[in-house]
Amino acid sequence: MEKRVYLDHGATTMVDPLVVEEMLPFFTQRYGNPSSLHEFGTEAKNALDKARERVMRLINAGLEKELVFTSGGTEADNIAIQGAAFGNMSKGKHIITSVIEHPAVKNTCKHLEKNGFEVTWLPVDQHGLIDMYELAEAIREDTTLISLMFANNEIGTVQDIFAIGALARERGVLFHTDAVQAVGKVEIDVNKLNIDLLSLSAHKMHGPKGIGALYVRKDTKLKPIIFGGGHEWGLRSSTENVPGIVGLGKAADLCRMEMPEETPRLVGLRDRLIRGVLGSGMDEVYLNGHPEKRLPNNAHFRFSYIEGEGLLLLLDAKGIAASTGSACSSTSLEPSAVLTAIGLRHDLAHGSLRCTLGRFTTQDEIDHVIKELPPIVQKLRDMSPVGKGREWFGADDDENDHDHHHELDDEDNNLARE
Amino acid sequence: MTIIMNWTMKITTSPGNSIISGIGFGSFDRGNRVYNKKVMELFTNPKNVGEMENPDGVGRVGNPKCGDMMELYIRVKDGIITEIKFKTFGCAAAIATSSMVTEMAKGKNLEEAGCITKQQVADELEGLPPLKMHCSNLAADALKLAIEDYRSKQAGEPQADTSEEV
Repeated sequence: MEKRVYLDHGATTMVDPLVVEEMLPFFTQRYGNPSSLHEFGTEAKNALDKARERVMRLINAGLEKELVFTSGGTEADNIAIQGAAFGNMSKGKHIITSVIEHPAVKNTCKHLEKNGFEVTWLPVDQHGLIDMYELAEAIREDTTLISLMFANNEIGTVQDIFAIGALARERGVLFHTDAVQAVGKVEIDVNKLNIDLLSLSAHKMHGPKGIGALYVRKDTKLKPIIFGGGHEWGLRSSTENVPGIVGLGKAADLCRMEMPEETPRLVGLRDRLIRGVLGSGMDEVYLNGHPEKRLPNNAHFRFSYIEGEGLLLLLDAKGIAASTGSACSSTSLEPSAVLTAIGLRHDLAHGSLRCTLGRFTTQDEIDHVIKELPPIVQKLRDMSPVGKGREWFGADDDENDHDHHHELDDEDNNLARE
Repeated sequence: MTIIMNWTMKITTSPGNSIISGIGFGSFDRGNRVYNKKVMELFTNPKNVGEMENPDGVGRVGNPKCGDMMELYIRVKDGIITEIKFKTFGCAAAIATSSMVTEMAKGKNLEEAGCITKQQVADELEGLPPLKMHCSNLAADALKLAIEDYRSKQAGEPQADTSEEV
C-alpha cells in the first residue's frame, strides 16, 4: 500500500495501542456499573476514580470531585456555559466570548443569546489573539462568565490564558476555557492559570472518541442541563462510559509522562514543516496564526490564488491527509469564520491548509509533505484565473481593497456571528 | 429552536464555522465520499486548461466569497467553436464542470453550445453533490457569456460586460 501520512490530528488522533490495551478488559470482564454495590460495580468504580485522578493530574487539579466525565468536548462546553449561565442568573445574564470559538462554544452562546442572555463577542487581531484591554472593558457588574478557548482549533493560536484567568479572578467572573486542542500538548495548571471550568476531549490526545471531561473548580455554581440518576454529582446523569473513561485516563497519563520530551519534538517537526513549506521557493505562501504563540502541533498555511478543497484532494491522492477551512469542502458556502475574523480576504481564506501533527508523526513524513506540496500548489495555480498582478475584479469588489491584515470589520464580524 | 426530526429533514449548520477534514484516503479510480469517479478524473486531469491569445469571446463568472471564479475563452470560425479554454479557481466540482463544458462545446455551433445547461453538464459528469449544483456549476454560464461577448463584438457594439455576479 502507498505511504499514508496523517496530518489531521486536530480533527482526531489514532488511539494509542497502550490505551486500547487498558480499555479492553472493561468491555468483557470488568463490565460492571460503577453505581452497583457488588464487586463488579466496585471494580468499575475504582477504575473511574483512577482515571479521574489521572486526568486531574494532567491539568494539575488538586482536589477530589473537580472533574466531570462527559461524552466529549462539546458536551463539556455545553455543561460549562449553560450551567454557569443558568446557575448564576441571580448575579446577571452577561457572558463574554470571542468570535473565533469552536462551534460548541459559539453556538451554545448563540442559544443563550436567543434566550435572554447578553453575549459580548470579542474580536481578535491578525494573529487570532484577543485584546486584554477590550476584555477588561467588556466585563460588567452583571457579567457571570468569560469563555475563551485555550488554543484555536484552526490556526493554533494560544491565548494568554494566564492574563485572562488573573483578570477574571480579580473581577470575580467565572472563567471557562475550551482546551480541547491544548490539553496534553501544553502544560496546563488550572490553579496557576485561575481556570474555573476547562473542557477537554480524549480523542484529540490519542484516546478514544465519545469521551471527554469538564474540570469544575470547587464551589463553582453550575446548573445541570441533563437530568437523570444524578451521576457525576448531578452534573452529568447517565451511566458512566467506563471503558472510555479508562481510555481517557490512560491517554492523559501518557500525555503527562511524555510531554517533557514529546512537546519539544512536535515543535521541532512543526517548525521543520513551516520552514520547509515557506522556504520551498513557492510565492505567496504564508503562515496563519501567531508565529510563536501557537500549538506545538499546528502549522496552518495559506496559499494565494488557489482553493483549499482541490489542495486537500490532490494531497489525499498522494496519501497525505490534512484539512482546510475552505468553504468548498464544507456544508456551508462561507469560508471559515476564524480566517475571516483574522482579517483574511475571502479568496485568501479559501486557500488555507491545516497540518496538525501527532505522537506518531515522523520526520520522514514531514519531509514527504514538504516534497509533495509545491508541485500540487503549482498545478492548481496553473489552472487559476487569478495570480500575481491578476486580481479578480468585477464581482465582490468591496473585498478587493481590504488589507490582508486589517482588523475585524463589521461585515466579518457579522459573518463570524452568524 | 425546537428540532423535529424526520427523515426528510434538511440539516442546516450555521455558516462559516466548519473546518473539514480529509475527504478519505484512496486512489481516485473509485471516486471518493464526495465526488464520483468521473468528477475526480476530470478534476485531476482536466482538459482544455489554459489561456488563449486574442480570443473571440471571453466569459467570466464567479466571486471570491463563495470561492469559485472562472474564465472561459472561445475561438469561433464560421459560427462553430473551434477552440475553447478555461481557467478556474475553485473546488473539484468547479474544475470538473469547467473541463466538461469545454469538451461539450468544442466543435458545436454557437446555437447548440449556447443551449448547454448546468443540468446537462452535471448529467455528463454522472452527477454532482447537491450542494455543488448551484455554487460550483458555473461553467455553462461562463460559456453563455463568452458566446454573448463574441456576438456583441461581431455586431460591432461596444464590448459587453463579460462578468456577472453569481
